[in-house]
Amino acid sequence: MALRIGKSEWEQLRRHGEETYPHECCGVLLGQLGDDRVKQVQAIVRCQNQRSDSLHNRYRIDPRELVRIQREARERGQDIVGFYHSHPDHPARWSQTDLAEAHWTDCCYVITSVMNGAATETNSFNLGGEDDNKRFEDEEIRVD
Amino acid sequence: MKVLIPTPLRQYTGEQASLELAASTVGEMLSELTSQFPDLRKQLFTDDGKLRRFVNVYVNDEDIRYLEQESTPVKEHDTVSIVPSVAGGVNASVSRLVQTSKVAIKMPGRSYGRCP
Repeated sequence: MALRIGKSEWEQLRRHGEETYPHECCGVLLGQLGDDRVKQVQAIVRCQNQRSDSLHNRYRIDPRELVRIQREARERGQDIVGFYHSHPDHPARWSQTDLAEAHWTDCCYVITSVMNGAATETNSFNLGGEDDNKRFEDEEIRVD
Repeated sequence: MKVLIPTPLRQYTGEQASLELAASTVGEMLSELTSQFPDLRKQLFTDDGKLRRFVNVYVNDEDIRYLEQESTPVKEHDTVSIVPSVAGGVNASVSRLVQTSKVAIKMPGRSYGRCP
C-alpha cells in the first residue's frame, strides 16, 4: 500500500493549497491502481470547492464534475485513485469529518497542512474496510 | 447502455470498470446490475431499498435526483455513471490518535516528516 506520485504533480497539489489559503482546496488524483494497492498517480485535476458556506474548513467536489473527470479518465485508460485537499492552519491529519464523508474504499485521501499560507506536511491515508467499518490507514508516499 | 463503475465498487463487479446493460429506466438498470452482482446491493442501497445518500447516479451529465429519480428513462447509447460523493474538511477535530506507524516520504534530495 503506497502512493507513487511524480514531483511535478506533488508540487502542484501542495501549491494548490497555498493558492486557495485560507480556504481548503480539493482535487482528484488519476492514474492506475496496482495489484499490491499501490496507486500510481499520472495526473491531478484541480476542482472547485463547492462548500461556499464554509470554505475555510470544509470541502466538497461537485459530483457532476466527478462524473466528467471519471468519464474522461476512462477514455484515457486512467482511473480515479484518490483525492487531495488542504487543511488551512491545521495538521495534515484526517478529521472525523474527513472519515465520515469518505466513501472511496481503497483510494487515497491526501491532506496538506497549509500554515500561514505555506504548505508544510502532506500525508496520505488509504480508506480501508467497508462503509460500516471504514478506517483511514497511513500510507507511504513515494515522490519520483 | 454503458455503466461506469467507480474504483471502490469494482471489487464487487469482478474488477469490471464498465458494463453494458439493457434497461429502459435507471431503476431497471440498477436492478439488473445488482442481480448480476448481488454484493453491490448493500453498497448502493440502504436496508429499506433506498439509494444511499452518498451514491450519485448520473445519466450522461444529469443527476437522476433532478430528473425522475429511478424512473428516469435511459436509452441504448446513454452512459450511466455511479460516483460516491467526495467531501470532508478540518471542521471536526483533527485526529490526534497515536498512529501505529510513522512512514517516511521518499523524495530525491528532500524528505517530509509526519506530524508528531
